[in-house]
Amino acid sequence: MGKLFAIVLVIIALASAYPIVTHMYVMPEDISTHGHQIDEQLSDTMAEAGISFLLAQFVLAISVWKFAERKDGGKLKNFPGGAKIMVATAFILVGAEVLALGGFGQRAWANVYFTPPRPDALQIQAQAGQFAFYFRYPGADGKFGAIYPDKIDEGNQNYFGLDPANDIESRDDIVSAELVLPVNREIHLLMHAKDVGHSFYVRELRIQQDFVPGLDLSVHFTATKIGRYEIVCTQLCGLGHYNMKAYLNVMAQDDFEKWMKQKASEL
Amino acid sequence: MEEASDQQAHVHPPPEGFLRKYVFSLDHKVIGKQYYALGLLAVCIGMALSWLMRFHLVWPTTRIPGLELFSKAGAPGGIITPEYYLSLLTMHGTLMVFFVLTNAPFAAFGNYFLPIQIGAEDMAFPRFNMMSFWTTLVAFLVLILAFIIPDGPPISGWTSYAPLSAVGKDAGPGMGWGMNLWGISIAIFCIGSLLGALNFIATTLDLRAKGMTLMRMPICTWAWFITSCIALLAFAVLLPACILLLLDRTAGTSFFIPSGLVVSDRLQPHSGGSPLLWQHLFWFFGHPEVYIAILPSMGIVSHILINSMRKPLLSARVIIYSMMSIGFLSWMVWGHHMFVSGMNPFSSLLFSFPTLTITIPATIMTLIWLGSLYGANIRINAASLFALGFISMFVSGGVSGFFLAQPSIDIVLHATYFVVGHFHMVMGVASLFGVFAGTYFWFGKMTGRMMNQTLGQLHFWLTFIGTYCIFMPFHYLGLVGNVRRYSSFVDDFMGPLMPLHKFITIAALGTGAAQLIFIFNLIYSRYNGVPAPENPWNGTTLEWSIPSPPPWNNFGGKHPIIYHDPYQYDVKGLKGDYIMQDSPEPSAG
Amino acid sequence: MRTKQAFMAGVAILAAATMTSAVPGGGTVSGKVTYEGTPAKQKPIDMSKEPSCAKQYAAPPPTETVVTGPNNALENVVVYISAGAPDEPPPSQAAVLAQKGCRYLPHVLAFQVNQELKITNEDQTSHNIHPLAKINREWNKSQPPGTPPISDKYDKMEFIPVKCNVHPWMHGTFAVMKNSHYSISGADGGFTLPDLPPGKYTVTAFHESYGDQTQEVSIAGSETKSVNFVFKAKPY
Repeated sequence: MGKLFAIVLVIIALASAYPIVTHMYVMPEDISTHGHQIDEQLSDTMAEAGISFLLAQFVLAISVWKFAERKDGGKLKNFPGGAKIMVATAFILVGAEVLALGGFGQRAWANVYFTPPRPDALQIQAQAGQFAFYFRYPGADGKFGAIYPDKIDEGNQNYFGLDPANDIESRDDIVSAELVLPVNREIHLLMHAKDVGHSFYVRELRIQQDFVPGLDLSVHFTATKIGRYEIVCTQLCGLGHYNMKAYLNVMAQDDFEKWMKQKASEL
Repeated sequence: MEEASDQQAHVHPPPEGFLRKYVFSLDHKVIGKQYYALGLLAVCIGMALSWLMRFHLVWPTTRIPGLELFSKAGAPGGIITPEYYLSLLTMHGTLMVFFVLTNAPFAAFGNYFLPIQIGAEDMAFPRFNMMSFWTTLVAFLVLILAFIIPDGPPISGWTSYAPLSAVGKDAGPGMGWGMNLWGISIAIFCIGSLLGALNFIATTLDLRAKGMTLMRMPICTWAWFITSCIALLAFAVLLPACILLLLDRTAGTSFFIPSGLVVSDRLQPHSGGSPLLWQHLFWFFGHPEVYIAILPSMGIVSHILINSMRKPLLSARVIIYSMMSIGFLSWMVWGHHMFVSGMNPFSSLLFSFPTLTITIPATIMTLIWLGSLYGANIRINAASLFALGFISMFVSGGVSGFFLAQPSIDIVLHATYFVVGHFHMVMGVASLFGVFAGTYFWFGKMTGRMMNQTLGQLHFWLTFIGTYCIFMPFHYLGLVGNVRRYSSFVDDFMGPLMPLHKFITIAALGTGAAQLIFIFNLIYSRYNGVPAPENPWNGTTLEWSIPSPPPWNNFGGKHPIIYHDPYQYDVKGLKGDYIMQDSPEPSAG
Repeated sequence: MRTKQAFMAGVAILAAATMTSAVPGGGTVSGKVTYEGTPAKQKPIDMSKEPSCAKQYAAPPPTETVVTGPNNALENVVVYISAGAPDEPPPSQAAVLAQKGCRYLPHVLAFQVNQELKITNEDQTSHNIHPLAKINREWNKSQPPGTPPISDKYDKMEFIPVKCNVHPWMHGTFAVMKNSHYSISGADGGFTLPDLPPGKYTVTAFHESYGDQTQEVSIAGSETKSVNFVFKAKPY
């Protein structure tokens, strides 16, 4: 039975590693300017974790193979070095990993969160509400109209609660169900939660950030590839959480301007 | 330190009558078995819920016959609605984390064996002990009530984030009385756990037999003691958090709800609250809670491994100090559940360092377990197989934590199946393996009959292979960005992942079915098992010095005197290669 | 907004106590509902978050909160007898609301108190229908694709806004009526209320965005009385 354990364990360990080593399940292509640091971090961690995983499972398997149900009446012995060497190994190995991953990893984090957006970044407001995302562009006046929660009227597509009758700044605001962006331009996404907690996750952009009701949060990023990508909600927000998504549409600058003109004409 | 004999006046008289013996018992052994039974019932319900969830994910349009009888609104025509899926998910998590993983390894086995292993006749406060079980049972019944009320159970997950959980029934189905019942149930559960923790601590510190110094306590006793210290502080935070949540829901307060929220077309009459406050309070409890779930199993597995290997670990002391460090560090890491939550990103960085550092004591323990196997002679049976399996599972679950501990990687893995795979491996599998190991090891002592080994080993193989088949693929799904807590997969990129999901579902249903072998074994062995001797495993600790099952006062009125460390194996003793703790024979050196 | 218009005063016959159902060959009230001013633009609905619905349309459909026709016709106005006619038992056939293309068809559904309301889901996505009743019981129910129609009824008169919890742009109205004397204005703004026994009646017109208006009318025999309503449109 002991030898069977060892064999089964080795098979499981190798089978577990196989999809990783053969890159069967990987994030889609990175279309952001900051994502490569995250991908490198992930790759480094995978190497270390993978080696630790395989090593530990193999040592367990070999130990059980050799030392289970020994019929030879062999004398019991202790691992040379005893506990001291285990403690030292743990401190050195893990300590080094902690410092390396923690120390280097903070660069990827800092790049996303500790650098402010450029002053000329394109400001877009995203609103998350049960169960859709809507996006608002400030329009020709460059200003966002104020939000009045009691004026929200979704049947009339007033998702943000704007008051164009009385608030001039909101009259030219463009509201869109898709997040349309120009390529290679930094975006400053202001995040507003309408009702409960939600989250903004775009795999290709390597961005995930919660919307918190009552907090003015924002993220900034630059998309580097034209295409259509999915934005999905990753914070449990109610029964429609599974179906809460929007499309990110990255366009060439000219196409983006054409789209803005088209949307402005629909106002 | 008072001697155990001085405590005699505190201990209850022998039980008389059916109710006192089996229902409202003051005997820690009966209470331990009651906790175990409750845990068993909860795990069966929780597992059934997970089958429904997995079935729905891969066959969403297939009727589940009869389900509409359980919930007309939740499963019309036998097809699970999105909200019913979420309520199954919420109840699955709540039942498993609270009523299984806090109950079984800690309250059940700890209650049964801690007093025995330190040489006491019972817990320090037998009445508190009885109250702690019955309080926990009431909490369970209140929670189950949510299934029966018309609006159904809540849909906000076991983590109940505000404002979804705080604004009331506008938030969705089940968020009216269902959510209230959840809050009340968990608050009552906290009280039960606090009573239990107090008891464990007082008993361990005050009721040890003569010669039983702290360092002579078995490793599992230490694990229960450390766990109860954590539980005392952690549940003390969750209880007021639940009360604040209930106040927001029913008394118009705004601890967690800011102004201006329009939920379901209604402007919510609250202002000034912070949703992040709930997350901080919850996870300040929630992270230590997961160590409450794993530490007892670490102790049980260590205890069983030593006995199975016939030699002590490289250093029991290092294991104990490592468990203490884990307990200490567990208070500093809660923010790693909140890296992208909107809290100050500098805090996220700060939290990642102790999170990564906690790997050190965990690695030390793993290396000690592995290193101790060297040169051993491991007896292979159901208990030791599960103990060895625990090591494998703990490694697998632990390495995925390494990814999630780094905020930059968490950006892409947060709220994906990677997280779900991680915590299921460490809590759902590793911790449960500790419970299985303990059951096979101690069933004979607790009932007087041994469990069937053939069935037990079969149970092990199916569960070991099955749980790897279920939970390892979760990590792959997470690496692709498969989001969690979705009742259906409608996104474009999910199509190619459905075959893997089907594989997981089939593995889950199969592994679930395999657990029937365990349940059958429990019932069958209880009545037909081989009668258990006093010391079937040639163990050294005090539970093996008393009859199987033990008399109501454990040591029959005698007061054991302790002469040795708990794991004197590989020495020439009265009974072979070991010396029992209470044996007056001198130890090898 | 309420505007009262003066008309010929008739002799009021109190017939509230008598249970008379609609009289074939009785009188008719008919007319047109129009608007004055500039109504708000009906913007196209972007259903991109639900591709299975979006692809059902060649061009995105507009919102239906204010539907207008030629000559300032106002559609979807519920015109009904609010006083002067007794309550009636409901008909046996159900009123059907279809969820199709992520819209409610019809946008305004009128039916009677205690009449069976049947809701079908003809889309490939799950809907969660949420009638926001204030007088009647408020409920919401999920309806995954392929599940049987939802059946319910209301026991009090009310105009109930209906929304889908999953698709924010999906809105409609239930008009729960006390008797069979109701009519919804069509594309030309026209409505007709036939089979009225002689008596004095209050006619109310309800529009989901512009509120309601009432007028009094008397029916003597088999005549047709003309009643028109004009609503003030709002640009925003």
